[in-house]
Amino acid sequence: MSLHTDSRKFRAMNRRELLKLTPLVALGAFAVPKLQAPLLEAGLKFSDWASAKLFRGGHLAPTFMDSELTPFNKFPINDYDVDDPQVDFDRWTLTVNGAVQKPGEYTLAQISQLQKFSQNTRHVCVEGWDVIGRFGGARLSDFLTMIGADTTARFVYVECADDYYESLDMATALHPQSLLCYEMYGQPLTREHGAPLRLTLPTKVGYKQAKYLTDLRVTNVLERVGYWEDQGYSSFYGL
Amino acid sequence: MATRAISVQDVKTGEVTEVVYEHPLVVRLCHWLNAVALFVMVGSGFQIFRAFPSFGAKIPQKDLLNWPKAFAIGGWLGGALQWHLTFMWIYIGTGLVYLGYQVFSGNYKQVLFTHRDLLGVWPMVRHYFFFGPKPPVKGAYNPLQKHAYTTVIGLGVLSVVTGVAVWKPVQFSWLAWMMGGFHWARVWHFLIMWAILAFVFGHLVMVVLHGWNNFLSMLTGWKKDPEYPVE
Repeated sequence: MSLHTDSRKFRAMNRRELLKLTPLVALGAFAVPKLQAPLLEAGLKFSDWASAKLFRGGHLAPTFMDSELTPFNKFPINDYDVDDPQVDFDRWTLTVNGAVQKPGEYTLAQISQLQKFSQNTRHVCVEGWDVIGRFGGARLSDFLTMIGADTTARFVYVECADDYYESLDMATALHPQSLLCYEMYGQPLTREHGAPLRLTLPTKVGYKQAKYLTDLRVTNVLERVGYWEDQGYSSFYGL
Repeated sequence: MATRAISVQDVKTGEVTEVVYEHPLVVRLCHWLNAVALFVMVGSGFQIFRAFPSFGAKIPQKDLLNWPKAFAIGGWLGGALQWHLTFMWIYIGTGLVYLGYQVFSGNYKQVLFTHRDLLGVWPMVRHYFFFGPKPPVKGAYNPLQKHAYTTVIGLGVLSVVTGVAVWKPVQFSWLAWMMGGFHWARVWHFLIMWAILAFVFGHLVMVVLHGWNNFLSMLTGWKKDPEYPVE
């Protein structure tokens, strides 16, 4: 059964229907130069918030058999400036401060006294490539216990010998596969891969896994988030 | 089907045309929001792909193709990720609203390809390729259109599922595992994008061929001169 109307009323009806699509215009805000950056920042923040919600501290990253390892010489060396920041191994210590009961200088020997864990895990770069490596070291959570860290603090912040810096949410720092890594493929860490100590975080993207660590701080406030994050990359980037 | 039909009389000529309300507001809104979101997702996706345009090893790296920067969104990897991780929420949101609306309103019958449409596919193909007569039109969409729309909605869902596997290969390790691991999830994500682009190309060609009235119906909801009998 058809209703009847005339062409003038029909045109008005069409205009009304067209006007109902005005919410679409809101997307135009992304084309306004002044609004674009804050909008994208908000979008990234929302994604980071969702990522943190999705993170499960008890959920392990997949591990792999030795036969699945990427050959050591095909494990990429990614730096933002130098492959080897000339760390003096004899004088190297990890400087610890912030919300900890035992701040101070920690030697590699002290860190090596913690139980050693080895794991074959996937390393995923933000660029899109991935490799499977064998990493050995102490659990970051064990080290946080050793230094008497306040694990209710929000972040673990690290600085590196090459002026790189990074930060981690506490949940990830306490994850059982988050390592203070001093071995790769069963050998002491090479300089290019971050000797004497680096982070291995199978639940995070590559740029979070800082090399050549020199300083570690437990904190609720971050003055800087990370070398790449402060240029616009995701702060959380959990896998 | 709850199709609303009106006959419109021209105030000058007295001529009467049938018009039918083909696209509910929710469908139209979701269509255009999703179109914009898809455009941004593809554009920023290409910029992300440019950071490592390969599906092989990192060492040695063999590039698959050198996608021109002019056809990418974001300017650099970090910028492209911002666009991608922002518009994915619009892409997913409009997709969910659309699917929810279609299911609960029953409007899905307009587009869902079922076994009843199977026999109608071949006559439509023959017609489109100029070696068969035009089959009688029974509804808003012919069987081939239903097939195309049903497929692309499925591809849209897959683009999100594969995207989640690429974004969260640890939290959703089972999802990545189903796709053959993170590495393959990235391949599937890329291939599904091309499949969607193939649809978009065909879709745009058909929009041009079907003319202005057909295009307007996705803006106003009303379609003039429907080729099918209206209730």
